[in-house]
Amino acid sequence: MSVYNQPRKRVIQLIILGMVSLIVVRLFFLQVIETKYSKLADANAVLKKVIYPSRGIIYDRNGLSVLRNEALYDLMVTPSNVKKIDTAYLCSILQIDKEEFHKRIVESIIRNGRVRQSVFASLLTPDMYGKLQESMHRFQPGFELVLRPVRSYPYGVGASILGYISEISPRQLKDPSGEYSAYQPGDYIGATGLEKTYESILMGQRGIQYLMKDNLNRPQGSLENGEFDTAAIAGKNLRLALDIELQVLGERLMKGKVGSIVAIDPQTGGILAMVSGPSFDPNLLSGSFRAKNFNKLYVDTTKPLYNRAIQAAYPPGSTFKPITGLIGLDMGVITPDFGFNCRGGYGLCGRFSRCLHSNPGHAANIRLALANSCNSYFMHVYRMSVDAPKWGGVMKGQAKWTEYLSAMGFGHRVGIDIPSELGGIIPDTGRMNRRYNGSWNSCSEMYVGMGQGLLGVTPLQLANAMCIIANRGYYYIPHFVESIDGDQSDILSKYKEKHRVSHISNEAFNSVVLGLEDVVRNGTARGAAMDSIIVCGKTGTAENKARINGKIEKLKDHSLFVGFAPRDNPKIAIAVIVENSGFSTTYAVPIASILMEKYLTDSISVKRRPILQRMLEAETMSPEMKAKSKLDSLNSVSYAATYGEDLLKKIISNNLKK
Amino acid sequence: MNRSQAKLTEGIDWPIFGMYLALVLIGVLAIFAAEYREGDDILQNLLGQNKNWARQVLWFGVSMVLATGIWLTDSKFFTATANLFYAFGILLLLIVLAIGTGVKGSNSWLELGGFRFQPAEFTKLCTNLALAKYLSSLETDFSKMRARLIAAAMVLVPCGIIILQDETGLALVYLCFFLVMFREGLPGILLVIAFSLIILVLSSLLVDKFILLYIFTGIAALVIYFSRREIRRKRSRLALILVIWGFCSAFVLFIVPFVFTKVLKDYQVRRIEVMLGKENDPKATYNTRQSMIAIGSGGMWGKGYLKGTQTRFDFVPEQSTDFIFCTIGEDFGFTGSLLFLGLYVALLFRIIHIAERQRSTFSRVYAYGVASIIFLHLAINISMTIGLAPVIGIPLPLVSYGGSSLMTFTMLIFIMLRLDADRQMVLR
Repeated sequence: MSVYNQPRKRVIQLIILGMVSLIVVRLFFLQVIETKYSKLADANAVLKKVIYPSRGIIYDRNGLSVLRNEALYDLMVTPSNVKKIDTAYLCSILQIDKEEFHKRIVESIIRNGRVRQSVFASLLTPDMYGKLQESMHRFQPGFELVLRPVRSYPYGVGASILGYISEISPRQLKDPSGEYSAYQPGDYIGATGLEKTYESILMGQRGIQYLMKDNLNRPQGSLENGEFDTAAIAGKNLRLALDIELQVLGERLMKGKVGSIVAIDPQTGGILAMVSGPSFDPNLLSGSFRAKNFNKLYVDTTKPLYNRAIQAAYPPGSTFKPITGLIGLDMGVITPDFGFNCRGGYGLCGRFSRCLHSNPGHAANIRLALANSCNSYFMHVYRMSVDAPKWGGVMKGQAKWTEYLSAMGFGHRVGIDIPSELGGIIPDTGRMNRRYNGSWNSCSEMYVGMGQGLLGVTPLQLANAMCIIANRGYYYIPHFVESIDGDQSDILSKYKEKHRVSHISNEAFNSVVLGLEDVVRNGTARGAAMDSIIVCGKTGTAENKARINGKIEKLKDHSLFVGFAPRDNPKIAIAVIVENSGFSTTYAVPIASILMEKYLTDSISVKRRPILQRMLEAETMSPEMKAKSKLDSLNSVSYAATYGEDLLKKIISNNLKK
Repeated sequence: MNRSQAKLTEGIDWPIFGMYLALVLIGVLAIFAAEYREGDDILQNLLGQNKNWARQVLWFGVSMVLATGIWLTDSKFFTATANLFYAFGILLLLIVLAIGTGVKGSNSWLELGGFRFQPAEFTKLCTNLALAKYLSSLETDFSKMRARLIAAAMVLVPCGIIILQDETGLALVYLCFFLVMFREGLPGILLVIAFSLIILVLSSLLVDKFILLYIFTGIAALVIYFSRREIRRKRSRLALILVIWGFCSAFVLFIVPFVFTKVLKDYQVRRIEVMLGKENDPKATYNTRQSMIAIGSGGMWGKGYLKGTQTRFDFVPEQSTDFIFCTIGEDFGFTGSLLFLGLYVALLFRIIHIAERQRSTFSRVYAYGVASIIFLHLAINISMTIGLAPVIGIPLPLVSYGGSSLMTFTMLIFIMLRLDADRQMVLR
């Protein structure tokens, strides 16, 4: 019977084989030929988690951390795991009511779903964190504390220098150069200041951890035991030339004033302090209130986000005279003994231009001319410089003269290591041609010799010029970062390079220096003198005009002081500008002198403490500006949480531990 | 027969027994892989019975007890009680229809003292026994239409009740008995017709009805043209061609739309459309898509045991039951799948071999029934996981998690082994 149906057995076997072959062919296609499925599987199940390294810390010259990471905590919630907890107790710790509690739970479900974590309360105060930490077991597993590193500025100063980090912009992410290829949306990146310039060093190297995830995107442990993971490498620390005490003092001195301070160590080019007044506590732009505070700062009438020290170009006024003198000396058109018979004005260009002094011999040599700040002398020196026969025409003379300015760091960016620096204005031939339609001579802009006219310099450039004089002819590009921990690259090499700009003898140079010494000893900057240290300096008063209601009006002069100390082996060069404050002796000189004294002697002498107190309290800001500004109220809340105020009190009472 | 002196295991077909054990073991390992999370305490899971794989181990234990019981039963018992079994099975199906417990949209489960049990699984065994009994009966002449209709009715009655329970997938399996009937003499033309019908249904779903109509007409015209001489000799040929043409047209125009709108449920229509690639709704295609991703990502050699990311992290639904093949495909790749399918083919061929060596028709029909049931489950289940068939919830024999299924297949196989051991006896 069975033999009879043998062919049918074969047919059934063939049907089985046929079906299985069909399956095998399909499997071969799915598993071997088609590759998209393994990619889809990875997309399904592999979660690439970026491990953020801790960002580099920034230290000042004395090893004090001025920008560091603070560990704040977020309270995270996984709604599906919230079961039978003491809601009332949690609410009492967080200081919210039950309604708010339920609102937040609902919000997190809407945002991320039930099974994924969302932020329940962000950046907990230390007090809340302490209480939660103690009783966390009562709220688990629905709630969890998660570390959120936040950049913190312990002294609450240096906003314009240190900068801040912010979320990377869509434009940066789309940047075709690939500069930002390591970033993902939502990542933080240095937005301004040192945070921006040294982003690549501070950020460190990100690690990648491959996690497996399940169908609800929940992590399920590491992939292949972390075989493909890369470890995060912490960002490198920056060590600055900045003296944080000087910075705190400088910023508080500029409170209520508009202007800036730049102090540089001339022997290295390292910036000791840079203040753009009025300033704000950078902590305002870190943490959870960033956006709100940024908007407030952005619209504030005092423009606190504008770094006047490197972005504002001022007419330098008399502080420019040493430069005019130096160029004349270096060109060889004058000697230190060159004298000008000034009779209270300058009349060689047709009109008579008055100056302060008329007694004979007040400009008998360059030292005297500087000490007495003779306008005529320096206008004449400027004219002699550009009209010197060896150049063959004023055009070439002017070009040569501005070449000197350029070498000294004027008219272009000096190259400081924070972004957004502006170059200022110098009277180069192009600019002269435009201003005078191509027809001009040495008389046209003779005022540049005394620091007025077609000149715009930043406080940084002025301080840098002081370094050149303090160093007798050279400078280093001013910079903040002196060294980077564990860095082998040559990123800082350009700041170690000496730029020599004059080729005159030390004797000739000293005549300029002595002139500046006289200014402090018995001239306009007497207020800057110190008992034991010889200070050199030059005051300046810069006229300024502004367009108000469509009319150009002359405003109260800017008060300027530039200087360095000690005269020999100088340690600090400084430029101080207080806008619209009138004559320089009132504000710029005392502020500069207090800072120099603080830096050089690490204390403020008893007899000068009243000056310090007066300067701290003085306000030069226009009442209208002050009335509209909310800066002080913003700062007063924020400063309270920093060491800045304590430090200031210690400086005032000379109670520094060192 | 004197069993007391013979060894207990005498007469057992070791290859079948070995392959049975291998498949159950693969099943437990695959279910384990689908559920395993790092840090699981295996012993605790096993004792606590809180994982499917642990429960499957328990079901295997129960199955072995059942198998031993069957092995110790006299072969004649099965022939004697075959019709009783059948009646009991139908009764169970009807009870379920009346008071069944719903699991995932179907009312095919019976709750018995905390255990859920699916009679539709068990009824396959009953039907197989009853069919074997009927076909082996001396009064049955399977070359007669009457016998064929009775046999078909025996199969279609449980099939119909199961369809009423909304378990179309399980009902589909009963079609496998036509393979048995084919072996027993059902004309081959019926297989061809069945196959043609499937093609017709598929084409009517894929191609516009009227285009199909043109195609049928064209084919009919060509056939008439080429066989015009034959037609001249025999007029009935023309009639036959025209009848086939008419049937095909009516089938496409009326029957298929009627079935799809009136008979099949919405989700069933959707599943078929998903399989045909007509439905692109991600929700509807999710199961098949995830299953294909899991299997496809296995590649040539697989990711290694317990290394599969798709199956382990719940991307594939019904992981340890209907889609258990995903775990094998992902962890062991094409090579592993090939070996796995090879094992099934070996099992099926061995069963056919056993069937053909039976002296009694009952045993032969029964063994063919076992092979057919396993084959249809295998074909439909694996086709479903790789997108060749719509999603039909039937288990992979011996491998998928599930007590009813494992016990049914164990009983099917061990009754066959018992019958085979007694193949010298003539059973009716």
